[in-house]
Amino acid sequence: MSLFLFLSFVALLSALGVVLAKNPVHSVLFLILTFFTLSAHYLLLNAQFLAAVNIIVYAGAIMVLFLFVIMFLNLNEETEPQKPMLAKVAATVSGGLLLLVMVAALRGVEPTGYNAATFDSQIGMVDRLGMVLFKEYSLPFELASILLLAAMVGSVMLGKRETGERNF
Amino acid sequence: MESLSNRAKKLEKKPMTLAERAYLPAIFQGLSITMQHFFRAATKKQITVRYPEETRPFSPVFRGLHVLKRDEQGRERCTACGLCAVACPAEAITMVAGERKKGEQNLYREEKYAVSYEINMLRCIFCGLCEEACPKAAVYLQADKMAPPRYERDEFIYGKDRLVEPVSPDNRSKRGIQLTPEQADKLRTQMQSA
Amino acid sequence: MSLESLGWQGLVILVVFGISLLIATYCTYAERVIAAFLQDRVGPDRAGPFGIVQPLADAVKLFTKEEFFPSGANKALFIFGPCLAMITALMSSAVIPFGNFLKFGETVVHLQGIEINVGMLYVFGIVSLGVYGIMIGGWASNNKFSLLGAIRAASQNISYELAMGLALIAVLMMSGSLSLRDITLQQSVPGEWHFWNVVKQPLGFIIFIVCAFAETNRTPFDLPECETELVGGYHTEYSSMKMGLYLFAEYVNVFVASAVMSVIYFGGFNFPFQYELRSWLSSSQGLSIDAAQNIIAILGVVAVFAKIFAFIFFFMWVRWTLPRFRYDQLMRLGWTILIPLAIFNILLTGGLITTGIIPEIKQWW
Repeated sequence: MSLFLFLSFVALLSALGVVLAKNPVHSVLFLILTFFTLSAHYLLLNAQFLAAVNIIVYAGAIMVLFLFVIMFLNLNEETEPQKPMLAKVAATVSGGLLLLVMVAALRGVEPTGYNAATFDSQIGMVDRLGMVLFKEYSLPFELASILLLAAMVGSVMLGKRETGERNF
Repeated sequence: MESLSNRAKKLEKKPMTLAERAYLPAIFQGLSITMQHFFRAATKKQITVRYPEETRPFSPVFRGLHVLKRDEQGRERCTACGLCAVACPAEAITMVAGERKKGEQNLYREEKYAVSYEINMLRCIFCGLCEEACPKAAVYLQADKMAPPRYERDEFIYGKDRLVEPVSPDNRSKRGIQLTPEQADKLRTQMQSA
Repeated sequence: MSLESLGWQGLVILVVFGISLLIATYCTYAERVIAAFLQDRVGPDRAGPFGIVQPLADAVKLFTKEEFFPSGANKALFIFGPCLAMITALMSSAVIPFGNFLKFGETVVHLQGIEINVGMLYVFGIVSLGVYGIMIGGWASNNKFSLLGAIRAASQNISYELAMGLALIAVLMMSGSLSLRDITLQQSVPGEWHFWNVVKQPLGFIIFIVCAFAETNRTPFDLPECETELVGGYHTEYSSMKMGLYLFAEYVNVFVASAVMSVIYFGGFNFPFQYELRSWLSSSQGLSIDAAQNIIAILGVVAVFAKIFAFIFFFMWVRWTLPRFRYDQLMRLGWTILIPLAIFNILLTGGLITTGIIPEIKQWW
């Protein structure tokens, strides 16, 4: 329980850091820390596969790309363009609306808890997850994989040398 | 463009074969070459000279640090004629001549001698022209000694204190006129009596 | 697991940690000696007999060097970068099985830091984090060469991670398990001849080892620190022990990559005729089953380290043989050769499994 509280505290703090940090690189690093605490939460829930995949995909790949782009753009406190007042107000209003929607949606949810007798601690393990994915959700899984494969083939095609292209 | 000599070889860029494009055969070829060298290190004699313990032999014609020779009685040979200074292309040699006084016959061979004799080792190019110019066979470039590196510039100006070879026949430079064994024995007894 | 076993397991973790550091330390020495031998030189031989305490001398040198902060550097991140590189490098050796288990009466000690059922994903995740140390350090230096090195490292690691993951998927399809211990045990079934995975996955292994070179930023893919173009790459501005940590992290990464390859593709702690040896020890030498098993386990540790050292040697051998790739060649190799090859390998493996040429692996332990 104390571990959960600590992790939640770090998660909230680093999530706040993402928003409040002046330097975009710091924001990205805070976001990575947030993903780590989320992965730790998954581990507390005994979902090792989800934790590992969260780290690989989000912290390991997507955030590297974020950091990559931000380093290229060379954004910092001095060069950050000042947004007009209207944009700030609009951002605040839309953010507040999102918060309102989420609070309204989650207000009615009652934590059901779990029955200790029937609870299966192995439910988050990778073989169980595989069984569910490949049996019950076989079609969506395959569709998603075809989408990703198409994207990958496309990227390889983009990288292929075209005839007549200068070849150093 | 037409080649002038007509000897230029025309090279045609052939498309690479599959084996060449796969890189791997070439990589393994390179790896095998380096591996041969790896085992050569274990089997063949090392060509590395481990310096402080072993030194490379000097060439017999190596020209290193200068020495001012003494004669068979331990007297300085130099007569301060200045021919070496004139011959020196780098103008590294300076000297001050003086007249030998009475009672100094066992110190200087000639009546005129060098009161001071300095060689600037930063200017010297170790060409050996001074050695050739010397009529008294007094100055030699040693074949087994180099001018060592130093921290200060003025330490490179070698005076007589560092140039004149010791009297003792056993510590003399191996270059230039050498003592015969009889002369060396005589000098030794002379030194012991003095 | 009893409390005593837990204590032993803690000891194993400490030992694994210490061994990773020790091996990384001596990699610096080995690299220089091997480089020297490959180039007909002598190598370091001054510090101690055969230069054996050279790493200590290097460490003393690095620790006593002046600490230097470039002006305009982000100081906190500048320090954080090398620390992160070192932490991520050291974390990945936790799940690698260095041996089977030792049994003393009731106490069973697994010769592995921690056994988790997503071990391979864990290694993969930690490796993918390794690039942050380089990126943060390179960016925080406030130097364009460092930044270019960092950006090269990022794009290179992401590109080759993909091919690496796809090469691993083919192994996973055969093993049906993500646990490194399971994968090791599957490569040797008692009573029948069972091959190491490299025999079943030669293409996958070649893809994996090429990617391992790229992920550890070793020559021929050491473009992030390419000294002819980028001064020193991401560690241009680093000095003293912070520089040392970067260099050290590279060697820890090499050690981990070697360990992963020997576990996944070369049978880990298995060695030929181990079961015959065990039955011979217990039947004709009069040892108890446990004692024979312990001897086999210790020999297994020796076997896995022999494999790891062979791979580390291979890393160094390649480094002093091949020249560096150009950056566009690197990207082209990753995206247009290795990834399609890896996908083809997956299809091939799938086909061979469905036709039954590669037998299904049963869980025998």
